[in-house]
Amino acid sequence: MRKVYLDHAATTPAHPKVVEAMMPFFTAKFGNPSNLHDVGREAKNAVEEARSKTAALIGSKPEEIFFTSSGTESNNFAIKGLAQANSQKGKHIIVSQVEHFSVLHPVKTLEKAGFAVTAVPPSREGLVDPAHISKAITKETVLVSVMHANNEIGTIQPIAEIGKITREKGILFHTDAVASVGWIPVDVQALGVDALSLSGHQFYGPKGAAALYVRKGVRIKPQIEGGVQEDGRRGGTENVPAIVGLGKAAEIAAADMGNRAASLTPLRDRLLAGLKQRVPDMFLNGHPERRLPHNVNVSFLYVEGESMLLFLNMEGIYVSSGSACTSRSLKSSHVLSCIGTDAAAANGTLLMTLGTGTSAEDVDYVLEKLPPIVERLRSMSPLYEDVVKSRKKT
Amino acid sequence: MEQYSSKVMEHFAHPHNVGEIENADGVGTVGNPVCGDVMRLYIKVDNNTITDAKFKTFGCGAAIATSSMVTDLVKGKTIDDALKISNAAVAEALGGLPKVKMHCSVLAEEALKSALDDYYKKKGIPSPVKMPAETGHEHEGE
Ligand code: FES
Repeated sequence: MRKVYLDHAATTPAHPKVVEAMMPFFTAKFGNPSNLHDVGREAKNAVEEARSKTAALIGSKPEEIFFTSSGTESNNFAIKGLAQANSQKGKHIIVSQVEHFSVLHPVKTLEKAGFAVTAVPPSREGLVDPAHISKAITKETVLVSVMHANNEIGTIQPIAEIGKITREKGILFHTDAVASVGWIPVDVQALGVDALSLSGHQFYGPKGAAALYVRKGVRIKPQIEGGVQEDGRRGGTENVPAIVGLGKAAEIAAADMGNRAASLTPLRDRLLAGLKQRVPDMFLNGHPERRLPHNVNVSFLYVEGESMLLFLNMEGIYVSSGSACTSRSLKSSHVLSCIGTDAAAANGTLLMTLGTGTSAEDVDYVLEKLPPIVERLRSMSPLYEDVVKSRKKT
Repeated sequence: MEQYSSKVMEHFAHPHNVGEIENADGVGTVGNPVCGDVMRLYIKVDNNTITDAKFKTFGCGAAIATSSMVTDLVKGKTIDDALKISNAAVAEALGGLPKVKMHCSVLAEEALKSALDDYYKKKGIPSPVKMPAETGHEHEGE
């Protein structure tokens, strides 16, 4: 049976060259970068090389890159670290409602600690209007955080425009670019951000290595204390093999960047157009053009996502769902609800994210297998039965 | 999330009794307040015995499997015995359900009770059906 993994937004496999680069650092080159002897220095040099490669991918200086363990940690570090270190400027934070929970929850924690928070709503396509950010700014505003691209609906935000506003007003600006780095060009200068989160396993690096870019001269309060690593900003012995892997993944992504969007976009559009042709009563979530080149997020009316996901799994197709039933909390995606996708449609949502290994044959296989699954589930759906009956009447 | 038992997957992949019953003696439609899913159950009754049961469900794997199982369980039962079927019995017959999915079996019990209630109403008999308590409807954070 063909196996088609369309869940690259969840995680990607490590590139073989990434694994190859990492391997010596488990055994022969096992040193601790904090040690001055040759064994330690070898590891230290490798970490610094990875830092340079990661910096090169996003157009920053190496010393502006701080390695962390995950995108979640980078976001926590950015939000809490920037707000706490700069609170003398003011205690107001602006975010968008479609941020990842690793931004929203730290913001909630800060709110409990006395910060005021404005969460700006997105448009139906998931776009944040820079004018809304501008309007939300007060004298007290210390930090704005808007994600570069949304991990669920793939909408790419007008970060550079928001960056212009924050720069003019002298307000710190963080962007969560975990979903976009490695897939589309990301340049911290062009975006005008002061901090940016990225994560290795999102673009063919290993799990366990991520980074936060912090513009030189910007103060940030460490969240993991008691170690001198990462210039004292993030304590803990470095995960050297994973950091080396992240560096390699960044190098590969930088070299392959032009290629990625160019080859993924037509496949994404083929999948979406093919589904539209074959399945009635479905729609795309997110912006039709301003979206990640590998993201297809669609709602199929009258069917539930977990059931689709399980049937697709039986066919060797691996996807995610925005359905309440698949989440532990039994709530449907907060992103879908903020953009106004109603709860029943959100329950019938599938998130399919392509990867560099996805072929046209893979897409066609999905186009062959998915429509009959939707049809079958509709045939057993009471919601569909009601719709068919009411359509017959009119 | 916990995995489904093989019995659940069997009933999900090949559900029994899917469909509608024309001129059913009782129809019950219930929605799940937790996740928004909907189950509809049809029963045919002859001589106080349920001779046929069918369902339509908009819901997760557990919702479809419990629909399939509850329709299997009620067939051939007297109305009184059918009324005694609990969500726990449905879940047990399926080899258990993941904890967060227990509420889906409540949906099955409610759909059955609601179909029986409808049967009594159609017959003009005062309905003895008590809808189950809101067990298993835990509201967690994200
Ligand atoms: S019916 Fe929605 S979680 Fe089971």
